[in-house]
Amino acid sequence: MAMTMVEKILAAHSGRDRVEPGEIVTAGVDLVLGNDITAPVAIKEFEKIGVDKVFDASRIALVPDHFTPNKDINSAEQSRLLRDFAREQQLENYFEIGDMGIEHCLLPEQGLVRPGEIIIGADSHTCTYGALGALATGVGSTDMAAAMASGQAWFKVPETMKFVFQGELPDWVGGKDLILQVIGDIGVDGALYRAMEFTGETIAGLSMAGRMTIANMAIEAGGKCGLIAPDQKTREYLKGRTTAEYTEYFSDPGADYYEVREYDVSQLEPQVAYPHLPENTRAISEVGEIAIDQAVIGSCTNGRLEDLRLAAEILEGRERHPGVRLLVFPGTQEIYRQALAEGIIDTLIAAGAAVSTPTCGPCLGGHMGVLAAGERAISTTNRNFVGRMGHPESEVYLANPAVAAASAVAGRIISPGEVV
Amino acid sequence: MDIKGKAWKYGDDIDTDVIIPARYLNTSDPAELARHCLEDLDADFGDRMSEGDLIVAGENFGCGSSREHAPLAIKAAGVSAVIASSFARIFYRNALNIGLPILECPEAVENIFQGDEVQVEIAAGLITNLSKNQEYQAVAFPDFMQKLIQAGGLINYLREQAGEDNVSL
Repeated sequence: MAMTMVEKILAAHSGRDRVEPGEIVTAGVDLVLGNDITAPVAIKEFEKIGVDKVFDASRIALVPDHFTPNKDINSAEQSRLLRDFAREQQLENYFEIGDMGIEHCLLPEQGLVRPGEIIIGADSHTCTYGALGALATGVGSTDMAAAMASGQAWFKVPETMKFVFQGELPDWVGGKDLILQVIGDIGVDGALYRAMEFTGETIAGLSMAGRMTIANMAIEAGGKCGLIAPDQKTREYLKGRTTAEYTEYFSDPGADYYEVREYDVSQLEPQVAYPHLPENTRAISEVGEIAIDQAVIGSCTNGRLEDLRLAAEILEGRERHPGVRLLVFPGTQEIYRQALAEGIIDTLIAAGAAVSTPTCGPCLGGHMGVLAAGERAISTTNRNFVGRMGHPESEVYLANPAVAAASAVAGRIISPGEVV
Repeated sequence: MDIKGKAWKYGDDIDTDVIIPARYLNTSDPAELARHCLEDLDADFGDRMSEGDLIVAGENFGCGSSREHAPLAIKAAGVSAVIASSFARIFYRNALNIGLPILECPEAVENIFQGDEVQVEIAAGLITNLSKNQEYQAVAFPDFMQKLIQAGGLINYLREQAGEDNVSL
């Protein structure tokens, strides 16, 4: 019987020949992730289970990236819980400030996620790793605790929705616009409980960074995971990052899908998601006069080198509008250093940007760029819920890095083509 | 386990950022989280809800972040159960894992209004609207999830399964 990628990965990890949508299986996990918000709860729950040691000290990653470098005393205490636990358990993948990056930029870069693996993370954007052909999904702290103890998690085998993209991407249109288009199309629960599989010539032509942006936002359509089949680009990306062996899984030609949706992207415009849901998308040409107070470029969605390059291309020789704060957050230290070496950081600072060490801070209204009542931001992040970036009466518009950079120059949401 | 209380009715896509805003996530103390539960959505909720009340909401309840602080805040606030047309999947897992009763029942959501007196028999999935004298049947949980619910959550379940020096699901 034909199977999808997700079904094959779940079958392989649960000792089965095949699995079917709707079944509940117990599967071994290859990596368990937590951060400074979710891992403290997981550590407390882990201690209730009654085992002394984690199942495998090489398969747990702790990344203090949300309220770090610590913003207050409480968050410092939370980070200390991670640090102490990592030391006690001799975890191989604890990332101290200085090595730390935004988790979903960091783990792929470190070669810790590979095709065919199952990765669970106590962070909803764990689905990012589906871009490498892994089954990666967000869970809560208790699931993380149970997996740290047992090396296992329970999964309901999801049905799969297939999204096929054809056509060449127009200027200033990228992975962010493809996924925003899909979310606008199917809604924030359009893939609820299901796996999303992204394929077609457009996906084949995308860089790993663009693919990770797409998989990252599968959760914003309610998806359990978002997968892209591994190809030569995936293998190139992994080269030099990991020596571990891995298995590539591909959906069979006759596999059963819940739904197949096809998109021709050759006329696609940059997309903007209006407050307060990622599904409220409009093409950039349909955006009226929307003045902004802040532009944020970075995050696990769009904080990779390619994203910063794009922003710098627009900001080169230009300055931010005097009424706009422009905040840039490279995803990892490696990305930051490469951006420095390429002169990107200098270009951004010359344009008036405040460039930060990697942190999730502003994306979730944590620190480093919280919005006041009535303020409005354009952001390359992933959520625009009420109060997401600060005051419940502030507003967040989601877009790609080129739109965010151009808007920072214009002081209002604008198409990059109008600025360059 | 019988549950009875007043319904607090909300719409679709109630996300975890409004259930418990990230600005309060520098602690995981349930009592502290409970103080801010739903405050960005309904400023009255915290002051006016009574122990045992229920939340009744539309589609995709708990969408967004994986923060377990969301069901923890709801549970610690004294909410006895959440009834929704559908739940976002991470919230669904988290609620079962920490022992917050949830029921999926579009018919109940359609017919229960703010302030209605509601009674729930969790094991049977039976929801009674005492104000309207109506009954609704919630979607049944698969066997495995029923075991989780009976154990009072994943950690208790795991402890029951644990061997001498190893645990497995």
